[in-house]
Amino acid sequence: MSKIKLIDIAHGRSGDKGDAANVGIIAYNDDGYEIIKKHLTVENVKKHFEGICLGEVERFEMPNIRALNFLLHNTLGGGGTVSLKHDAQGKTLAAALLRMEIEI
Amino acid sequence: MKDKIRIASGSGFWGDLQSIPLQQVTKGQVDYLMMDFLAEVTMSIMQKQRKRNPAAGYAKDLIQIMKEILPHVAEKNIKVITNGGGANPMGCVEEIVKCAHKQGIKGLKIAVVSGDDILDSLDDLLKRGAGLDNMESGQKITDVKERLISANVYFGARPIVEALKKGAQIVITGRTTDTSLTYAPMIHEFNWSWDDWDKLAAGTIAGHILECGGQASGGNFLGDWRSVSDLAHIGFPIAEAYPNGEIVITKHENTGGMVSVDTVSEQLMYEIGDPTNYITPECVADFTSIKLEQLEKDRVRVYGIKGKPATDLFKVSMAYNDGYTAIGSLTYSWPDALEKAKKADEILRTRLSDLGLEFDEIRTEFLGVNACHGPLASEQNEINEVVLRIGVRSNHHHDIEAFSKEIAPLILTGPPSVTGFAGGRPKANEVIAYWPALMPKKLVHPKVEIITT
Repeated sequence: MSKIKLIDIAHGRSGDKGDAANVGIIAYNDDGYEIIKKHLTVENVKKHFEGICLGEVERFEMPNIRALNFLLHNTLGGGGTVSLKHDAQGKTLAAALLRMEIEI
Repeated sequence: MKDKIRIASGSGFWGDLQSIPLQQVTKGQVDYLMMDFLAEVTMSIMQKQRKRNPAAGYAKDLIQIMKEILPHVAEKNIKVITNGGGANPMGCVEEIVKCAHKQGIKGLKIAVVSGDDILDSLDDLLKRGAGLDNMESGQKITDVKERLISANVYFGARPIVEALKKGAQIVITGRTTDTSLTYAPMIHEFNWSWDDWDKLAAGTIAGHILECGGQASGGNFLGDWRSVSDLAHIGFPIAEAYPNGEIVITKHENTGGMVSVDTVSEQLMYEIGDPTNYITPECVADFTSIKLEQLEKDRVRVYGIKGKPATDLFKVSMAYNDGYTAIGSLTYSWPDALEKAKKADEILRTRLSDLGLEFDEIRTEFLGVNACHGPLASEQNEINEVVLRIGVRSNHHHDIEAFSKEIAPLILTGPPSVTGFAGGRPKANEVIAYWPALMPKKLVHPKVEIITT
């Protein structure tokens, strides 16, 4: 078993959809895609965002660009101008997911 | 029929780089310039401006931009399509006509696309079965109807294509979808059929890539961001579209930034939900069908795209007043910066409580420590400085103002080595809450008028 950092094998982008954040994670190569597909499960992502994502996590696969898209519901403090968060649009949440370390 | 057309992105939001539209029409060949100005709550801000001044309510920046680009677009016959007309497309066009007259440009056809504003006809539409309950929360429209500031239908490419068919060189719209500004020219030039779902989906995806401007050409790039050259002079993306639905994303030579499979992939992921069902008024695009190929430096081929039939619903974007917020901040320095900021937060909360103020939420963040990544961020002991950021939300304006008065006193009556209050008391902001809904297409029709300079 060895530990890898997600940020070494993937990049991504995040944004807002109302009070949900969308977090897209893109692997740099096919091996990386296999790793994120296996380890970035709904459960693992929900656990990673504990205290940030207060709702459900939805996951969508995009093998054509080696990517996974996550919708994190109830995450942005109400979203838009309702939110008191500094990052009310979840723009830094892709980076937040890339903090994850994975044991392979 | 042309064998290809080049559509340039000139704006990704209201407030984007002002120099880009002129750059796009002068630094190389393009056939169309599209400019997106509208985000979710932009329409409500513009609607408020129009209420204060009936001549206002559109993207003011657009007038200065048009002043700069008009001589070039008139000379080179470049067509311009933008939703910067916002809540007052006619008012916007009147100003553009004045610009054209001052510059001696005659015979220019400008189209006004309106009919998206349904605020005044809501009662009638509801009677005719518009629905309009919140499509995300399921809440009933009656809960907020009296507090609505704006209500706009997202029209797609149809009225823009109609304007182009009528010979318009400039098309100014109200609330049309961001993506339609890019694919309307393809439908018009290549005579794509309204049920050619694959091609409409290809155009939609080109639109999604262009609609955020520089985000597709190296801006906000989380991959190898250091490899993006000369962001100071970033070139915005250009979609080179072919009649068979293939697209090449590129940018002008001698501009900064980067167009690569990685930069385009990131933009594809931006603000999407289920990638197999990206819904627009004209089709449903499947983002899992997209293939990307780097042809050469700064040229990415986008192909293989599949689409599905359009739904019979329009999306409607509404906004309503929902109380107030205020956000204050103070900066604490070494030593013990974070500990002091936490103490100040505690003191402030005690004082707010002593005053008997009511807030729906009080939120504290420590910028430099955990504002972005919350509990994922590890706290370090010896940080140099930290910003205490505290926000409140309430339906009572008085309570928000009382909060604002409690920030500055912390400087003389709280923990030491504190600064950063030069901006004065935090201002109360009106909360404009967003209400997305759907309604049957048959209930509303866009209006296209042509004005000739």
